[in-house]
Amino acid sequence: MKQFIGFLRKEFLHIFRDPRTMMIIFLLPIVQLLLFGKVINTDIQNSKIAILDQSHDNTTREITSKLMSSGYFVLGEELMPGDDVEDVFRKGKVKMVVSFGTNFEQTLERDGKVDVQLLADASDPNTARILTSYASGIINDYVKKEKLQNIQLPNQINTEVRMLYNEGLKSVYMFVPGIMAMILMLISAMMTSISISKEKELGTMEVLLASPLKPIQIVLGKVTPYLLLSFINALTIIIIGVFIFGVPIKGSFIFLMAESFLFILMALSLGILISTIAPNQMVAMFISVLALMLPTILLSGFMFPIENMPLPLRIISHAMPPRWFIVIIKNIMLKGTGIMYVWKETLILMFMAFVFIALSIKNFKIRLE
Amino acid sequence: MEKVIEVRNLVKKFGSFVANDHLNFDVFKGEIFGFLGANGAGKTTAMKILCGLSSPTSGQVKVAGFDIYKETEKIKRNIGYMSQKFSLYEDMTIAENIRFFSGIYGISPSDRKEKQEKLLKDLDLETAKDSLIGSLPLGWKQKLAFSVAIFHDPKIVFLDEPTGGVDPITRRKFWDLIYEASDRGITVFVTTHYMDEAEYCNRVSIMNNGRIEALDTPENLKKQFGAKNMDEVFLKIARNTE
Repeated sequence: MKQFIGFLRKEFLHIFRDPRTMMIIFLLPIVQLLLFGKVINTDIQNSKIAILDQSHDNTTREITSKLMSSGYFVLGEELMPGDDVEDVFRKGKVKMVVSFGTNFEQTLERDGKVDVQLLADASDPNTARILTSYASGIINDYVKKEKLQNIQLPNQINTEVRMLYNEGLKSVYMFVPGIMAMILMLISAMMTSISISKEKELGTMEVLLASPLKPIQIVLGKVTPYLLLSFINALTIIIIGVFIFGVPIKGSFIFLMAESFLFILMALSLGILISTIAPNQMVAMFISVLALMLPTILLSGFMFPIENMPLPLRIISHAMPPRWFIVIIKNIMLKGTGIMYVWKETLILMFMAFVFIALSIKNFKIRLE
Repeated sequence: MEKVIEVRNLVKKFGSFVANDHLNFDVFKGEIFGFLGANGAGKTTAMKILCGLSSPTSGQVKVAGFDIYKETEKIKRNIGYMSQKFSLYEDMTIAENIRFFSGIYGISPSDRKEKQEKLLKDLDLETAKDSLIGSLPLGWKQKLAFSVAIFHDPKIVFLDEPTGGVDPITRRKFWDLIYEASDRGITVFVTTHYMDEAEYCNRVSIMNNGRIEALDTPENLKKQFGAKNMDEVFLKIARNTE
């Protein structure tokens, strides 16, 4: 035990004396989370739009003011009939033009229906889609509530959409679990693999192996500090998520931490496995970035929906540990489910951890022979 | 004389490649035993087996009186090892390195402090106690690495090409440390490819293609091969076995 504590002290000295390691461990999670949460925000807020109103009656004015008071839009420009709509887009000032035809109110009252034209700048297709759907939602809502109350239309089916678990469609609900998976993967797997291969590179690993320390003690000594630091990181990310971005934790906090712990263990074993393959720090880092970071970002369903991927990528995504972890934390945080609903994902993570450990032991033995 | 290393018919194969082909030798207590050979002759492989870093394919090996197959733990407590690459932590101070390595070998803090003082005094490094290893010149690092490798008073210390990359004067000073250790009764097992260092050893074995081709004192080897120095001995052996 004394040996082990001495080993841990040494590991922490390595960590605290290396500014790069310190930055990756303590700064990176916060910066990433703030970046994704604040800057790369796919939510629509205060988007500039233009209004082309050829009627100027009560209804069009009310619709306009509804749009503006929704918080999604601000009036960028008011167009006159005959203005070149395309010119407005070309100048890049506004993202969408809402155009009301002539005699808007009369048409609506006479026929019970009327057309509004929404023109969006689809050079950014995602934003265009979101803007038009928000605007049409607001307009329909208004017309239904204010204008059609008294008119009974036969056989009309109204769809009522509710976005469960994330009513505001906030993208940060998606980013917090994703960032958490990414950061834990990065710190646990990359940092351990680098720190073990560093000892190999410097020749100190041989000295340790020739000492009375058992290989398992060496590995545990290398891994424990990162287990601790990753756990602190998981906590930090959750705290920032909850208190700065308002992401809820509907399920059990302890269960959430237990699942994070499992994921960290899995990532640490992966880190050990990488270090048994990599002869030096550069290779360890290269494997970690190529084999862990990119797939985590691209294939785990964190940035891009897995359902939309071509079949081969969909199959590969099953082998990505973060994919399962993201499902688990989303379930716990947003839906408040317990182990009953995520046991399958939990088992998969356990299985992966087991496979990585078994492979590491096998590789380690080969190297020793 | 007490044997501290006994090797009988040691064979190590990697697939079909035979790295150590039936090695037989003994090393005696307090002796400086030079293990010579060209790169790839199999000396590092043999040394790794003796240190318990690698296991033999067949043969009997005893180190410090313990069996290499069954008692590796005991062997590891009784040996010191200094690797080819210089083996202290650069981002830790001298005192921190000493503390760490004493911890591994279970040296008590009071013993450690006493020995540390003596070590620093002997090496004239008293003022550098809290300097990072990385800031020291290579010669000092190597001396320190050696002193740390024998800090727990092992029966045998294994040095794997310890003087690579340093000038002859620093090398000579390093050998003074080796002699001191040997005077204290520590057996020194050293691999090298510097032939001037071979002259400093009590006995040398010369390996080629996985076999020990010659084993004797430098004096006897020079007589046996009719050579002026160890360099010639080495070249003659290499030519004979080609």
